[in-house]
Amino acid sequence: MTDALAFDIAHLLAGGMVLVSFMLLYQDRMNGILNAFTLHALVLAAAVAWQAHIQSAPHLYLTAVIALGFKAIVIPLALRQIVQRLGIHREIEKVVGVGLTMLAGLGLTALAILVVLPVTGGADAVAREDLAFSLAVVLLGLLMMITRRNAVSQIVGFMSLENGLILGATGARGMPLVVEVSVAFSVLIAFIVFGVFLFRIRERFDTVDVQALDRFRGDRG
Amino acid sequence: MMLVSVLLLAVAFLALGTGALAAGTQPPWTVAVYGGALLLAVVGALVALASLTTGTVDEVVLPLGLPRTGLRFRLDGLAAFFLLVLDLGAVVACLFALGYGRHEPRPRRVLPFVPAFLGAMHLVLVADDAFAFLFTWELMSLCSWALVVSRPDTAENARAGYVYLVMAGLGTAALLLAMGILAGSDGGYAFAEMRAAEREPWLAAVAVGLILVGTGSKAGLVPLHAWLPLAHPAAPSHVSALMSGVMTKVAVYAALRLILDVIGEVAWWWGPVLMLLGAASAVLGLLHAILETDLKRLLAYSTVENIGVIFTAFGLAIAFRGAGLQTGAALALTAALLHVLNHAFFKSLLFMGAGAVLEATGERDMERLGGLIHAMPLTAAAMLLGSAAISALPPLNGFVSEWLLFQAILQSPAVDVWALRFLTPAVGALLALAAALAAACFVRAYGIVFLGRPRSPAAAAGHEVDRWSLAGLGAAALPCVLLGVFPGPVIDLLAPAVATLTGGATLATQGGQGWLSLVPVDPAHSSYNGLILLTFILVSGSLVAFAVHRLASHRVARGPIWDCGYPDPSPATQYTASSFGQPLRRVFGSVAFSAREQVEMPAPGDLGPARLEVHLRDHVWTMLYAPVAGVIDALSERLNVIQFLTIRRYLTMMFGALVFLLVVVAVWR
Repeated sequence: MTDALAFDIAHLLAGGMVLVSFMLLYQDRMNGILNAFTLHALVLAAAVAWQAHIQSAPHLYLTAVIALGFKAIVIPLALRQIVQRLGIHREIEKVVGVGLTMLAGLGLTALAILVVLPVTGGADAVAREDLAFSLAVVLLGLLMMITRRNAVSQIVGFMSLENGLILGATGARGMPLVVEVSVAFSVLIAFIVFGVFLFRIRERFDTVDVQALDRFRGDRG
Repeated sequence: MMLVSVLLLAVAFLALGTGALAAGTQPPWTVAVYGGALLLAVVGALVALASLTTGTVDEVVLPLGLPRTGLRFRLDGLAAFFLLVLDLGAVVACLFALGYGRHEPRPRRVLPFVPAFLGAMHLVLVADDAFAFLFTWELMSLCSWALVVSRPDTAENARAGYVYLVMAGLGTAALLLAMGILAGSDGGYAFAEMRAAEREPWLAAVAVGLILVGTGSKAGLVPLHAWLPLAHPAAPSHVSALMSGVMTKVAVYAALRLILDVIGEVAWWWGPVLMLLGAASAVLGLLHAILETDLKRLLAYSTVENIGVIFTAFGLAIAFRGAGLQTGAALALTAALLHVLNHAFFKSLLFMGAGAVLEATGERDMERLGGLIHAMPLTAAAMLLGSAAISALPPLNGFVSEWLLFQAILQSPAVDVWALRFLTPAVGALLALAAALAAACFVRAYGIVFLGRPRSPAAAAGHEVDRWSLAGLGAAALPCVLLGVFPGPVIDLLAPAVATLTGGATLATQGGQGWLSLVPVDPAHSSYNGLILLTFILVSGSLVAFAVHRLASHRVARGPIWDCGYPDPSPATQYTASSFGQPLRRVFGSVAFSAREQVEMPAPGDLGPARLEVHLRDHVWTMLYAPVAGVIDALSERLNVIQFLTIRRYLTMMFGALVFLLVVVAVWR
């Protein structure tokens, strides 16, 4: 297998993550979001596994397995269960229109590439592309967090942001295994905390629309 | 070796302070704390003296503080001289406090902080990197703040504490920024690295400005002096003596060290700027002092004046150095350092004297004092000496340093910058005005407090203070005479300190001059001999006394005292502090303070009293502080909204900031 092909596949997978991030932005139904998030995690697992292969770094396989197990299976299943129990399959209200959000996402992706590509002139091509795409994924995740009102979709935005971080870290062949494992666990714990909070919010306010919290605070928000 | 002992001393001071937290508050404990501090200060003074005479330079790096820098300390001539000033001031103040401190109403608020304050000042003087310096500087500020608010009984004291805290914060922030500039982008935080670093001239000028804000706000340089007359009098008197006599000197040390030593190459125009600021401090400080009726606040304003004198000499040194006149710079710096030492003694003496008066009568208001020379003869004698010294009367020490400063000013024709040639004599004239005002101010202070008849029952019931307090006063008074009569050896002792700042230039050795004369430049030019002057004063004084007693009539004529035309024996008919200040208020007040006098005469037949009200306005408050405070208030009112946003808005703000920074990175590359 030539280097060019290896690079192309890595590029394809990383680009695929950006694409799925856009899909996440576009979704306006709960099930759709969860499906897209599962796909996000699957692509991440594939991308990491491919990196493990071309860098001949066996510990990255473990990262891929963690991504597959937690992000693509455990968390989506748990979220699905939460959504079921909360009974929210309705359409999601968006703060900004879909078109505008997508345009903003395009701008952010362009910005990420503009920032990373000139800075990393000396690094090898795979790492450069990975870094640019992972920054784009992080920014898109943040964008999702601030454009959604529903607490569950904010969680998904946060998780996709974290996927972007993992992608960047594996591409740069830097992160030691210990750090990865601890990051994975911290994300899991964040997820648990989020879940607990979701139910508490729901218990109190009969909704998981975070707007209700603002109203309850009774301030100028 | 000596540096290690200084560090150990500082640690011992801090430990003593910590120990005082646990100690009791009764006299044996106060004596133990102040006595311990006294012993440590004596040792410190000896170490500093030894270091000055041997001229060694010690360095120590402790594995604490910043990771790459460590905690650096260094003891050189300049630090040793200021350590000497600090420890001598501490000896005097602790001696006084052995007696005075027993009457402290809230010992727990004072006892732990006095040794800690002293220890922090020791550390500031030997700090040799940005972290050590700023940390110890802040420790010093906080300890002194704790002492300022040790008597929060009055709203005035509470406000003094608040204003001091704000000004101290401002000063430390300015110093922090200055350190950042000096360290550069490579982060060389040790002073040695800062000395070696190359920097743009404008950057150095900005750093000098920030350092002046930081140190000037601690020293009380106009226009950053406004906190000083509030805070220094609010503390117990021996602490006031330490703050005015010693802490302002630590600030002077920091300015000298950072500007002349660490930055080194300073633009010459900072010289005239500093001279003008110093002269303005000198004149404004005294104008305030002369209208003040609170004895301790008067002394605090006089500190502003003396700091102004020191900073004028400092500015003169920068100007001379810029013009390549190293001997002139050495002369100006010698004058500055000698005045630092002198002021430490006479200002401590005067503050402790004011404390003695306060203890004896419970009064700080001069309008309610008077006639204390009968009740407190020894305190009165010490205060007279201190007043004469601070008024720069020969043969006392204040005269020597001011005379040296004028000698330096007279060197200005040798400078080939025209602006300086014109400006320096003008500054000299302002200093001469300040010297005259100082004499008037202290004639007034001494006359109103100690002469005349008691103006209140409290003053009439005054009594002499205890022996330890008197010992403190005496210990501060003696050097005022010695330094005035034998300045030569002390000036020789200053040489290593001056040499660190001028790159080696010092005054000629004074020890070899005949008859203990002081010859700063050239014997044909000018010289001063305190011994001859003292002898002359003693001989002529004795001759006059002899003549008066022998040759005048022996009959003592007793008659009624002059009563201003009023047969009313009330002490209220005496000349008062306000009446003494009135002519000077008429001359300067309308310009300097927008003074307005309002006379209310009762209508004929009305039995009410006539009233004379004087309204003074401090322009520094109205023109500088109030607008700044207003802007800050308005801004914080606006920004307060940020405290109450929703979570999503906070996220949006962070997101916006991140995108903005990324755009900046993308565009600026």
